Amino acid sequence: MAKIELDLAHAYLPDPKKDSDYALLPLKMAFEDGGAYALLGPSGCGKTTMLNIMSGLLSPSQGSVRFDGHDVTNQTPQQRNIAQVFQFPVVYDTMTVAENLAFPLRNRKVPRDQITKRVGQIAEMLEMSDQLNQRAANLSADAKQKISLGRGLVRSDVSAVLFDEPLTVIDPHLKWQLRRKLKQIHHELKLTLIYVTHDQVEALTFADQVVVMTRGRVVQIGSAADLFERPRHTFVGHFIGSPGMNFLPATVVGSGIQVAGVSLAKPDGQVLPEGAIKLGVRPEYLVPVLAESAGALPMTVSQVQDVGTHVMLSATFGGLTIKARLPSDSAPMKVGDPVWLQVVGAHTCFYKDDEIVA
Amino acid sequence: MQLVLEGISKKVGAQKWLHSMDIAPQRSAVTVLLGATQAGKTSLMRIMAGLDEPTAGKVMVDGKNVVGLPVRERNVAMVYQQFINYPSLRVRDNIASPLKLRRESGIDERVQALAEKLHIDMFLDRYPSELSGGQQQRVALARALVKGAPLMLLDEPLVNLDYKLREELRDELTALFANGDSTVIYATTEPGEALLLGGHTAVMDEGELLQYGPTAEVFHKPKSLRVARAFSDPPMNLVAASATENGLRLEGGQTIMIDLPEVLGGNFTVGIRANMLRESTLDGDATLAGTVDLAEISGSDTFVHAHTVAGELVAQLTGVHYFDLGSTVNLHFHPSQVYVFDSKGLLVKAPARRGER
Repeated sequence: MAKIELDLAHAYLPDPKKDSDYALLPLKMAFEDGGAYALLGPSGCGKTTMLNIMSGLLSPSQGSVRFDGHDVTNQTPQQRNIAQVFQFPVVYDTMTVAENLAFPLRNRKVPRDQITKRVGQIAEMLEMSDQLNQRAANLSADAKQKISLGRGLVRSDVSAVLFDEPLTVIDPHLKWQLRRKLKQIHHELKLTLIYVTHDQVEALTFADQVVVMTRGRVVQIGSAADLFERPRHTFVGHFIGSPGMNFLPATVVGSGIQVAGVSLAKPDGQVLPEGAIKLGVRPEYLVPVLAESAGALPMTVSQVQDVGTHVMLSATFGGLTIKARLPSDSAPMKVGDPVWLQVVGAHTCFYKDDEIVA
Repeated sequence: MQLVLEGISKKVGAQKWLHSMDIAPQRSAVTVLLGATQAGKTSLMRIMAGLDEPTAGKVMVDGKNVVGLPVRERNVAMVYQQFINYPSLRVRDNIASPLKLRRESGIDERVQALAEKLHIDMFLDRYPSELSGGQQQRVALARALVKGAPLMLLDEPLVNLDYKLREELRDELTALFANGDSTVIYATTEPGEALLLGGHTAVMDEGELLQYGPTAEVFHKPKSLRVARAFSDPPMNLVAASATENGLRLEGGQTIMIDLPEVLGGNFTVGIRANMLRESTLDGDATLAGTVDLAEISGSDTFVHAHTVAGELVAQLTGVHYFDLGSTVNLHFHPSQVYVFDSKGLLVKAPARRGER
């Protein structure tokens, strides 16, 4: 197992000039030994490029990859000692489940008794012990993908295990059970696991640290709570959460914050740059407050959606629309009703040029 | 346009694809067909469109039976899961094609107006292959919407898009439907999508129409366990229970005080929606102690999977919460917030809702 350090950039074009020419903009970051990481972002954000650079399938066009301080930039996946699990199961149909799981160990000439022990351990974790002697051919797609996962995890001497959207083929009802397995296994085996996905549930559930990417750039590395409470970039606020964070253009003037022509008091002790900023507030943290409450705007209800488990309220003021997620037992409201919503409060984040400033 | 299906059924070989059903979708509004794959949503839509004939029953459009009338003579627009565009036509001409076929007037203005609404007006002179998946699906939607057909059928139109795009497009579609005159039928497998679309919902399962009504009403008052199962995400927590003197005794021993409408006796199933389970406790709560199997974090919510004496449960907590695997958790709920189903699976009691009493 290894600590992985990246100090690199990658462009698929020969002579990159502007930012959009890069698949990965220059970045410097480290994946700690034994950590569970997810690379999360929409398609085209560079997450698969980063994974392929770590595995050695792709050489970065500039910079280096280090494993425990050693430069491995020009090494193959095999030399780097990387295990990989892909979207679709890669399984030898003619072999039994046990033989499939043992395959990576046999290749490395691991002694037979150690193989049996390790295969037994992995099968137990994946709840496949009773299927060890079955042929892989007749198994369901998710059982096959479990074997692929097991094969990725079976070697204890790997530098890291890389997963590329491994739950794509899994039936939605079974997904949470496999997520749970992966989390348990990380707990028990303490391998360095890196997981690529565009699914926020998968990333936030699996990883201790989520690397959020957009347009070739890493915009935040943090825990699920960090990404929810304190998105460092407006993209993170927008991408995490459904619906995402509300953003309101505002201007800081002295001790006040101007929002849509209304001056709200700056919270005590809050240091904000003068000029144009954006307020970010999550729909989950907006509740109707008493008229004239500090930090609140007098808004008008424009849409009320009973979404079953809660009520989604849209409200407008001075050309702004914001969404508030209210408990399902909130007082009923209808379109046109006045409502005061506290946009400057304990959970409000402040952004300048899309980067958090407070 | 008023569409009424009377006694519709569909058999293919020996298999019943659709059991006999009647449904009259709300005119000029959205009706959601909600059900898992194979529930019969697409079969029903194809009959509504005139692509297939029912084995029995009538399809009435404004009082006239249109079974047998070819699709081209019906004024219907359809959108599928896969984005279908003409690759050799620019976006502008893709959207305009149904209007050109019908030699309609004011084509340019109508294309422009709709493209603006769907935020693709800047791509009108590009080819579909130069657009992202989300933009291509917008073009396909625009082509279906531009006709202003009185009947629009959308078969899981957002399923192949990533969830942020789905959110945006769903909002835009909801606004377009609300401002239009078309009768819209929208098929989805996702309960959350049905709730966001609002309107009316028809819950389908294995070729049967289980319940039809205003979306929120069907969600809050499912007629049966089958409807409750189909219309819950995460699944409704279901616990076997038996009647006691003044309430119900849940599997595992916990008793809850609850007024049942009549003394029915026997066995029941108690349903507790995931968002009704809390970590914090309020007066009069019942409590189920459990062990955490996994806490799934979606961003807006944390879904705690736990096993308890009453069985496996899922609790939906707002925001981000951490639980170690195997840690203990107490889940609380108020007895007034449960559903009760009888031994036949029919609803006996639904939670009282604010503003209803």
